[in-house]
Amino acid sequence: MLKKISKIPFRGTPEQEAQLKAIIDECKGNNSLLMHVMQEAQSIYGYLPFEVQTMIADGMGVPLEKVYGISTFYAQFALSPKGEYNISVCLGTACYVKGSNNVLQRMSDALGIGPGECTDDGVFSLEACRCIGACGLAPVLMVNDDVYGKLTPDDVDGILAKYKTNA
Amino acid sequence: MYRSHVLVCGGTGCTSSHSGEIIEALEKEIAAKGLSDEVKVIKTGCFGLCALGPIMVVYPEGCFYSEVKVEDVPEIVEEHLLKGRIVKHLLYDETVHKDEIKPLSETNFYKKQRRIALRNCGVIDPENIEEYIAMDGYQALAKCLTELTPEDVIQIVKDSGLRGRGGGGFPTGLKWSFTAKNSADQKYVVCNADEGDPGAFMDRSVLEGDPHCIVEAMTICGYATGATQGYIYVRAEYPIAVKRLQIAIDQARENGLLGKNIFDSGFDFDLHIRLGAGAFVCGEETALMTSIEGNRGEPRPRPPYPAVKGLFAKPTTENNVETFANIPQIILKGAEFFNSMGTERSPGTKVFALGGKINNTGLVEIPMGTTLREIVEDIGGGIPNGKKFKAAQTGGPSGGCIPASLIDTEIDYDNLTSIGCMMGSGGLIVMDEDNCMVDIAKFFLDFTVDESCGKCSPCRIGTKRMREILEKITDGKATLEDLDELEKLAHYIKDNSLCGLGQTAPNPVLSTLRFFRDEYVAHIVDKKCPAGVCKALLSYNIDPDKCKGCTACARKCPVGAISGTVKNPHTIDTSKCIKCGVCMETCKFGAIYKK
Repeated sequence: MLKKISKIPFRGTPEQEAQLKAIIDECKGNNSLLMHVMQEAQSIYGYLPFEVQTMIADGMGVPLEKVYGISTFYAQFALSPKGEYNISVCLGTACYVKGSNNVLQRMSDALGIGPGECTDDGVFSLEACRCIGACGLAPVLMVNDDVYGKLTPDDVDGILAKYKTNA
Repeated sequence: MYRSHVLVCGGTGCTSSHSGEIIEALEKEIAAKGLSDEVKVIKTGCFGLCALGPIMVVYPEGCFYSEVKVEDVPEIVEEHLLKGRIVKHLLYDETVHKDEIKPLSETNFYKKQRRIALRNCGVIDPENIEEYIAMDGYQALAKCLTELTPEDVIQIVKDSGLRGRGGGGFPTGLKWSFTAKNSADQKYVVCNADEGDPGAFMDRSVLEGDPHCIVEAMTICGYATGATQGYIYVRAEYPIAVKRLQIAIDQARENGLLGKNIFDSGFDFDLHIRLGAGAFVCGEETALMTSIEGNRGEPRPRPPYPAVKGLFAKPTTENNVETFANIPQIILKGAEFFNSMGTERSPGTKVFALGGKINNTGLVEIPMGTTLREIVEDIGGGIPNGKKFKAAQTGGPSGGCIPASLIDTEIDYDNLTSIGCMMGSGGLIVMDEDNCMVDIAKFFLDFTVDESCGKCSPCRIGTKRMREILEKITDGKATLEDLDELEKLAHYIKDNSLCGLGQTAPNPVLSTLRFFRDEYVAHIVDKKCPAGVCKALLSYNIDPDKCKGCTACARKCPVGAISGTVKNPHTIDTSKCIKCGVCMETCKFGAIYKK
């Protein structure tokens, strides 16, 4: 899976580092928990920049190459930060046959970014995802944890407007 | 004792349509009316009829309220729960018959279903072990540990004829016996809950609606095969399922149903959850084990099979969620109870996730051997908007499609295989005449190209080349030789890939080629997409007889491709047109068409 690697400078805080260290200390010595540590790290930092991957590799005592290998293998791991509002448009089969690709296209046009990208102001990021399990509501999209279902491309502007005023 | 129970669906579908807010509103309203000691609100798992969510059922009457809104709550509480008057206009239409209220089991959607794996979904509170125990929960485990030897347990599962519900259809009892006969200092049981087929959500619904049955079944499997440790590998994208599973494991431990010396039998067993991170290939059993070990989830060559050398190189039994969900009932009610349902070679029931162009989208559990026609027309309620049924796709990216001409096929493992299709995990996506089969094949190839782990070249390189040919076809640039090449490549990849992902990746192409070859040819020779999907082969046109010259389309067109004067028919400059379709959506007179 091709991933976009961020060029944005790393802005981790000492608090975040302390949180990550605590998790590493708990899991150290059990390499089967490496993915678990990476998942926790992503929930602390929002993504896995090289600085964080290096901390994990050093802390767990595994080569950086292994951490990087895992982070690029699984779709869940992000190598670039997400926007304040991350929009995932479902491209699972049930959504696709009901035209979710048109919803994705409209969203992409409206935001001026492609899937896997983030707007310059850092407010919105866009991604195509696979089945969130709400096939009864197809086509669906998620803005962070909010689910919007039974969509047509015309719903896109209304959804974005809701978040633009909050931003 | 409560005089009334209100069950609200807390599955993913209904949660997405805000059933959580409905529960809050209900509890507030019930408290305000002073009914908290008389009426109990329970958040259950999936009822199955996701298309009508959020769903609420009130017992003892069994009233099925569909598409409930927060605003409806005060009326339901005031009228139904306080005064005992059913709010008919909010009930699911099909359950209201003149003055009578029909039970849910008599509606078209539920009538033909037999719920074994889903029997507790939408019935109990999944976060409460006592409700599971009240439904005979953990009795099958008690029976195994106190009355049956491990050999007896395996024999019952063998006799039931249960086959792996993850897609392959391998006999479960046989699989267990392989692990049982290998001796080792440590053996494992693994539950595959990495439901990767986009459009399938039965495993998720079982985990969300009845997590204890998986805990119980895995413990039984541990006893039968001699394993003391289990892992459940769940998709991280299923937060509700993960949470309820963890609650179930904790409750089972507290009650001595997991851990040391279960039921005083001397048998030890414990369970852990591992989260997947979004890789389709991890649904393949050896890849899943590699992932649990903390690596990139690449498959391993077989043999050695997992029963000999599986997780952490120890003998391992791996089954899918739905397979496990059948186990407690088989043990309790016997092999004959199970194999009296379904067909001879595929006994029992199967859960399908009905999706796509169908009215009743949702989850159904039906006996094997039910025809596709019954599923689509009776249970599914037909195709929306008066469109025609074109095909049903089963097995996701590994499967194929069943065309309208074979709609009377009885669905079981062998019948599907014989028409080049696959049961798969049970996603069943219905397509109508507006879906292009070449586009669907390309959609699945996009998926497998993206998800190929890269370990073996037939899959890594081959699927990419296949996709390139499909792109040429949908762009109208292909020749008939390309079609031959596509077919040759498909067979080569099928024969030479390392794991199930690669071996089945060409299926969507082979299956559509078999039943819809004329559509491929139309793209290649006539440069036309009969369903009007493939953009490169379309042009938008205005019917001068229907156009009123309202100028709405010209104003909406983002590239200024439409010209014309007020009250005169407009025209589209096809060289400028980017085929976005906005004009067609805008036109109130149906004057714009694509061909």
